[in-house]
Amino acid sequence: MYMPLLIAQRAAIGVATLMLVSLLVFVGTEILPGDVATAILGQGATPELVSALHVRLHLDDPAYLRYLHWLGNLLVGDAGQSLVNRLDVGATALARAQNSLILTCSTAAVAVPLSLLLGLIAASRPNSKVDRAISAFSVFMISIPDFLLAILLVTLFAVKLGWLPSIARIRSSYDLFDWLRVLVLPVTTLTFAVLPHMARMTRTAVLEVLETPALEMATLKGLPRWRVLVVHALPNALGPIANVIALNLAYLISGVVVIETLFNFPGLGRYMVDAVTIRDVPAVQICAMLFCAAYIVLNLAADIVAIVANPRVRYPR
Amino acid sequence: MQAPVLSVRDLCVDAVSESGVRTPIAKNITFSIQPGKVLALIGESGSGKTTISLSAMGYFKPGCEMKSGSIVLDGTELCGLDHRQLQKIRGTRVTYVAQSAAAAFNGALKINRQVTEVPVTRMKVAKTDAVARAEALYSRLELPDPRGIGRRYPHQVSGGQLQRLMASMAMISEPRLLILDEPTTALDVTTQIEVLRAFKRLIAETGVSVIYVTHDLALVAQIADEIVVLRNGEMVEHGPVEEIIHRPNAEYTRKLIGAAHVMPEKVEPRGPIKVSASPPVLELQSVSAGYGKSPVTLAVRNVSLSVQPGEIVGIIGESGSGKTSLGRIVSGLMAVQSGEIRLNGTALRQGIVNRSLEQLRDIQFAFQMADVALNPRHTIRKILARPLQFYFGLKGKALQSEVEHLMYLVELPKEMLGRYPAELSGGQKQRVNLARALAAKPKLIICDEITSALDTIVASTILELVEWLRRELNVTFLFITHDISIVAKIADQVAVMHRGEVVESGATAKILGGPSHPYTRLLLDSVPEMRTDWLDNVGAKTNVVLLKSA
Amino acid sequence: MSVLPGPVKLGSQRSVLRLPILPSICTVVLLIAVAAALTAPLLAPFQEGEIVTQPFAAPSAVNWLGGDFLGRDVLSRIIYGLRVTIGVGTGITALGFTLGSSLGFLSAVIGGRFDQVVSRIVDALISFPSMMIALVVIAGLGSSIPVLVLTVGLIDATRVYRVGRALAADIVVRDFVEVARLRGEKLGWIIFHEILPNTAGPLLAEFGIRFTYAILFISALSFLGLGVQPPHSDLGLMVKENIQGLMLGDYTPIYPALTIALITISVNLLVDWYIAVVKRTRR
Repeated sequence: MYMPLLIAQRAAIGVATLMLVSLLVFVGTEILPGDVATAILGQGATPELVSALHVRLHLDDPAYLRYLHWLGNLLVGDAGQSLVNRLDVGATALARAQNSLILTCSTAAVAVPLSLLLGLIAASRPNSKVDRAISAFSVFMISIPDFLLAILLVTLFAVKLGWLPSIARIRSSYDLFDWLRVLVLPVTTLTFAVLPHMARMTRTAVLEVLETPALEMATLKGLPRWRVLVVHALPNALGPIANVIALNLAYLISGVVVIETLFNFPGLGRYMVDAVTIRDVPAVQICAMLFCAAYIVLNLAADIVAIVANPRVRYPR
Repeated sequence: MQAPVLSVRDLCVDAVSESGVRTPIAKNITFSIQPGKVLALIGESGSGKTTISLSAMGYFKPGCEMKSGSIVLDGTELCGLDHRQLQKIRGTRVTYVAQSAAAAFNGALKINRQVTEVPVTRMKVAKTDAVARAEALYSRLELPDPRGIGRRYPHQVSGGQLQRLMASMAMISEPRLLILDEPTTALDVTTQIEVLRAFKRLIAETGVSVIYVTHDLALVAQIADEIVVLRNGEMVEHGPVEEIIHRPNAEYTRKLIGAAHVMPEKVEPRGPIKVSASPPVLELQSVSAGYGKSPVTLAVRNVSLSVQPGEIVGIIGESGSGKTSLGRIVSGLMAVQSGEIRLNGTALRQGIVNRSLEQLRDIQFAFQMADVALNPRHTIRKILARPLQFYFGLKGKALQSEVEHLMYLVELPKEMLGRYPAELSGGQKQRVNLARALAAKPKLIICDEITSALDTIVASTILELVEWLRRELNVTFLFITHDISIVAKIADQVAVMHRGEVVESGATAKILGGPSHPYTRLLLDSVPEMRTDWLDNVGAKTNVVLLKSA
Repeated sequence: MSVLPGPVKLGSQRSVLRLPILPSICTVVLLIAVAAALTAPLLAPFQEGEIVTQPFAAPSAVNWLGGDFLGRDVLSRIIYGLRVTIGVGTGITALGFTLGSSLGFLSAVIGGRFDQVVSRIVDALISFPSMMIALVVIAGLGSSIPVLVLTVGLIDATRVYRVGRALAADIVVRDFVEVARLRGEKLGWIIFHEILPNTAGPLLAEFGIRFTYAILFISALSFLGLGVQPPHSDLGLMVKENIQGLMLGDYTPIYPALTIALITISVNLLVDWYIAVVKRTRR
């Protein structure tokens, strides 16, 4: 069959990309010859200690061996130790990733349906007042920095009104309500960060489908408007829309980094920023790998949706 | 007299631009259709024929607006109905078959689902009954495998079949009025008759009234009862079909008939103006070429051809015959797999970069779409001056006068030199296209379907120009076309291509007068003639050949 | 068949005079911002690092926007910050645009092996969220203005490459380009005379869009403390430095953030207006 082959091919490309990403991450973070051993042990360390650590961390091996070593360890779940506190960065990153997952999933749960709705409304009446309003709002929201919106929301709801916490501290004793209180502001900001892009691109994708002769034909067949949209337009727009969603997760990722830092949210993004600031290389590496893997998997999923939604691929001539 | 199925009175439609400027596209249109009759709306591009036909559904394309008039369908005034009321009428009482069924079918849904959608969702017909009805229509339209074809997706079915499936979709709800919008234009000539014949039988059997929109008078003669001739949104003439094609009143109708794509009464034997002893301008020796890497799909197989100086050689074939590939091979745009191409006796090398400037200059190419063949950001002057500068290094006064001479050759006013292509009409653009080819002072000009995107009257003036240029400048033309009537009018030699091979070639008069290959015969028989009984008589014999060639 | 846009005479005096109200405001805002950035030392009432008032002092007649967390004049620092933000943004966009569009054009025109290699490399880089590339490189090389411009410029180039290649690829298949090839024209003529004039409009719009992305991206990095480093300051860093003020009821971080928004909104509105004008003249 043709389709499984195509999906397998996409999956293989995904794996290859992830390998490439790992190479780039490794090269990027280890490009400077700074001595990791000295960095770990501090300036006062004796030469004996330093060389012992060199042997233990394979620091004297050529770069490609170190890369293979690192990759091999990563594949069996060992991401290495933090240069700062000697903790297992893998475990820390996974714990943080859970919090980030809660944040991004909540955002996606709000932003995706909302932006699809806005995009569909705008596309169903192009150049109407509603469409223009949505488009003006989108331009406005795309243009402002993520942190501006966050600052304004914090000023209003946390400082002035005192309804919500300005800092997202998380305790293990938190129940659902506490979580909700903590999440409202970050999720709102993130939603506004991805919503305009997604709504705009959905509008374009749907309009493109609506302007095809096939959709004019559906109208000329006397079908009611909802049927034209749902039965005739939607299956054709599914692939493009899945793509739009996946593409916009890139904004979500950069948004997550900024918003987590701003709200002191203990997620993967803030962990990574902290690690970059103090040059904790193993931590940076694992964070980058996790973010990129998530991004690649989601894009892969979108590709597969597009393949499955297209009958030309499912039933070749 | 019965009440008409459709009666359009004083219809005026405007195109409204975003800034609110109104341009009339239909002016005071009045006609009516009796039950069971076929009315043809005939006209060239911009005549408003599609707009007028769609108004019978109360539908106007985005940017179009009905200004005044009345449209009464089956006793109901459409003007003033809102979207929901109109949707109730569309698809049930009046249905539509679009020009390109391939585009108008929804690629994501199976055919049966689309064909039975109106009866199932709007007329409360049970699904199984609707499918049975659809299958009955499929077999009446002579579609192969009537039980299976509907379970496929549109992309799995050929263009001619899709057109008939779309007709089934239109007829399944037993409408009072059927609109056929150029239903055979996108098809090859040989497929065209099959579809036309199927439509004709269906119309006769069901007694539906029809609006048939087309630019092709000969085609319409086969199927219509009445003709409305349109020009620039106005009615030029209206009458029974025999009246219009045999005794046209309007000058414009006469012109249309004169330019129609029908075979000339007699093909005159012709030859190059001056017969010279020099080697052929172009010689192909068992050339094969194709697309893709190994295995190559051959687009052209084992083609041999010899073109004498000053000849017009017609290359004729349907889509997929390899005729366009042949032109690209000669010009160097496409690589040769095996065989040899000789220009003036010298073998040409593969690819553009390996040919000398002189060789490139000697072969010029005129493309089908003048729109995309001219850079929209260059003035006509720049378009014509560039080859002169490039090949001959002309400057200043000499350049100026040469550019003006080119404009004279293609009969365009030199005032147009400052304009951009978008400011010219289709025919004018095609003239610039030819002038640019002439600028290189070539030995050979390859014309790839240069008239097929043009309206018939404009196309015939371009053909006259080509003949005149050949006489004046003794340029050789390789004239690639799907239209055998064009070849009959201007070519000295003709080569018939079918599935990548030249099945027959020789003097035009000989080949068209007494073709020896069945495919040439089929092509000839497929050209409609300007008489109303042609389709009925062409009948059986073409079918036999069709079966053989398929 | 798609119809190419006719020539757009945007530069002609008539259309400049008829500039609608919103685009005019945007143009004025951008002109003021650029002028302020260029003349910062002359325009700013105080020195960039000069401590002139109390930390988080309220706005006054002397310090129009008050003082920052060290007591420096906020207005003066915004003017100086504008200089860095606009400068770095322009540098990134110029690099990304030149590199991306020329490679994109070459890929579309040359095609074949060259196109495949460059396109695969770009595909690989694009499968990397841009924030991740930036953070990884900064982790490796540290943060300095040249590193930032090069890194973000390269990230930008991959995006521009795709747009440029798609635009050019659309033109390359037009028959008039084949005509030029058949005539024997060289690569340079084909790119500059046949393709460029037909892609100039969309490319200009893309330039505006890339510029806003560059500014937002660099501001975000600075806000994270990973972009421009003290003693230099850009608008993003100013927001970060003063963020604690928010808890004290001070509005200092809002001003630089609003300045950024003002610039990016102006550029985006201009781009939108321009695209709409091009679309209209196309009909």
